[in-house]
Amino acid sequence: MTAILEAQSVSMVVGGATLVDGIDLCVAPGEMVAIVGPNGAGKSTLLRMLSGDLRPTRGQIRLKQRDIESYPPRLLAFHRAMLSQHVNVTFPFTVEEIVHMGAGDAGRAAAQRLVDAALGEVDLAHFSQRQLPTLSGGEQQRAHFARVLVQLACGEAQHGPGLLLLDEPTSSLDMRHQIDLVETAKRRAQNGTAVIAVLHDLNLAMRFADRIVLLHRGKLAVDGGRSDAITAETIRRIFEVDVKIDYTDAGVPFLLPQTMRPAAVQ
Amino acid sequence: MTVLTEGNAKRRSGYALRPPASLTLICLFAALAGAALIALTVGAAGIPLARLPAALGLWGDAAAGPSLARDQLVLWSIRIPRIGAAAMIGALLAASGAIMQGLFRNPLADPALVGVSSGGALAAAAAIVFTDSQIGQNFRFMQHQLLPIAAFAGSLATTVILYSIASRSGRTSIAIFLLAGIAIAAIANAGIGLLVFIADDRQLRDITFWLLGSLSGATWPKLATLAPVLGLAAIACLSIARGLDVLVLGEAEAFHSGVDVERLKRISIVLVSAMTGVAVSVCGVVGFIGIVVPHLLRLVIGPAHRLLLPASMLLGAVLLVGADTLARTIVAPAEMPIGILTAAIGAPFFLAMLLRQRGLVSL
Repeated sequence: MTAILEAQSVSMVVGGATLVDGIDLCVAPGEMVAIVGPNGAGKSTLLRMLSGDLRPTRGQIRLKQRDIESYPPRLLAFHRAMLSQHVNVTFPFTVEEIVHMGAGDAGRAAAQRLVDAALGEVDLAHFSQRQLPTLSGGEQQRAHFARVLVQLACGEAQHGPGLLLLDEPTSSLDMRHQIDLVETAKRRAQNGTAVIAVLHDLNLAMRFADRIVLLHRGKLAVDGGRSDAITAETIRRIFEVDVKIDYTDAGVPFLLPQTMRPAAVQ
Repeated sequence: MTVLTEGNAKRRSGYALRPPASLTLICLFAALAGAALIALTVGAAGIPLARLPAALGLWGDAAAGPSLARDQLVLWSIRIPRIGAAAMIGALLAASGAIMQGLFRNPLADPALVGVSSGGALAAAAAIVFTDSQIGQNFRFMQHQLLPIAAFAGSLATTVILYSIASRSGRTSIAIFLLAGIAIAAIANAGIGLLVFIADDRQLRDITFWLLGSLSGATWPKLATLAPVLGLAAIACLSIARGLDVLVLGEAEAFHSGVDVERLKRISIVLVSAMTGVAVSVCGVVGFIGIVVPHLLRLVIGPAHRLLLPASMLLGAVLLVGADTLARTIVAPAEMPIGILTAAIGAPFFLAMLLRQRGLVSL
C-alpha cells in the first residue's frame, strides 16, 4: 500500500539553531507510529511540520502523494487531524460546542451523531453541556481529543483513511484515561488511519505503537519495531538513564528506570 | 421556584443554560422598538404618544391642530435621523467589539479602549483641518465623503499596527496588545492635541465634537453613509462567525481545523476598522459599547458568534438609543456629550469585569 505521509530530509532551522535535522519518515495507512525522545529533541517541531502548520526550512512533506503546502486549509483538514498539546479556550463554549467545531460544515444530524459517539469514546457524555473552561485540564484535553476524532471521521467519510497527529495527548490525563486515549487511537489505526503520536511514556509507546521513532538532538536516532527500537543501551545513550527492560507474559516489552540507587534510598 | 434554584445551582457548577436563539432575537427586537418609541416621544420638544401617529403620518386626525407641523418638523428632520444614527452606530460599535474580542480571543478587547477609535478620530480631525486649509479648500465639497474614509483609514492603520505588534508567530500576547493599545491611543491623542493647538476657532469647534462624541450632528446624508456599511458588515459577520468560533482554540488549532486563519484575520481587521471608522466619523469617540454589550450577551446566550454578532448589533442599538435619549434629556435643554455618558457607565463595568477575571487572566 502506498504511504499516506512521506517526509523527505525535513529540517527546521530557527535563528541559527537546527531544531530538526534531515529527517526521513514514511507512514502507511493503518500504522501507528510513536515519536519519542528527550526534551528538546525536536518532536513537537517535527509534528507541527508534518501537520502543515510549520513550513520546513529544507526538505519536503507529501500527504497522499501531494505536497502538503499545496493543500488549502479546508481540504487539508479533511485529510489530517491534529491534537495540539495546549489549547486554551477563553470563552465559555460548552463541551458539545467545542466538539462540534470538528465537524466543520457537515450536516446537522450527521454531525450530531459523530459528536455523541466521540463524547462517549472519551468518557465525557455526561459533561456535554458543561462550559469547557470550568473543566479540569485532563477533561479539557479529552474534549479536544473528541473534537479531533470528529474531524477525522468527517474527513475519512469523504476521502478515505486519513492522518491523525497527536502531540503529547496524554500529558495531563490520569492512568486510565491515558490508556483509553491511546487505545482509541489504536482502534483508528486498525481501521486504516495513519496515526503519529508524540509520547513521553515509553511504556505506552512500546505497548501500543507498531513503530517507534526515537529523536535525539533533532536527528532520527532509531526507527524500528517496538522491541528492536528500544534497548537498554539506546536508552542509556539518549536519555542518560539506566533502565531494565523486561517482558510481560504476552511478550510486550516494558521498562523500569534504575536511577534509584540503593545508596540514595537510605 | 424549585426549577429556578435547580437552574441556579446548575449554572454555578458550570452548566450552560441558554434561551433559544429565536427568543433572544425577538426579545432584542422588541427592546429596540420600545427604546425607539421612548426616544421618539421625549426630548426638548416633547411629543406625547397620542400625537405620534399623526406626526408620523400613519393615522389619526391629519388636521390635529397647530402642533402638528412642529411635531413633524422635530420628528423628521431631527429626531428620526438621530435615533436611526444612534441605533446603527450602537450596532456597529457592539459588533466590532465582539469581532475584535473573537480575533484576540479575549473579552477585554475593545476598539475604543485600544486606540482604534482614537486613530480614526485623529484621521478625521486631520481631514477637517486639511479641508479647511488653503491647499485642501478644493476638497471641501466632499467633506461628507472624506471624513468617513479618513476615519476608516485611520482605524485600519491603527488595527494593523496593533495586530502586528501584539502577535508573533501565531500567538497573541494580550498584555502587549493592551499596552500597545494604550501607547497608540496616546500617540493618536497627542496628534489630536496638536491639531487642536494649530486649529482656528471654527475647526476647533468641529474637532471638539469628535473628542467628546455626540449624535447631535446626525443627518439623513450621514444615515446614508452608515446604512450600507452596516448592511455589508452584517453579511460579512455571518460569513466569519464559524471561523471566529474555531479561532477560540488558537490560531494553530483553527488552521488544523480547516480555517483559513490569515484570510479570517484580514477580513476581521478590515471589518473592525470599517465599522469603527464610520461610527467615529459620524459621532466621534463613543467607548465601552463594544465591551459591555458582547460581555452581557455571552453570559446569557453563550459565545457562539453566529448568534452573538447579530444579537450584539441589536443590543448595541438598544443601548445607544437609550444612552442618547438620556444624554439629551438629563440636563435639558442642554445636552450631555454621549461619550461622557457611555464612559461613566462603561468604565465601572469594565473594572467589575477585571475584578471577576482577576484570577483567570494572566497578563
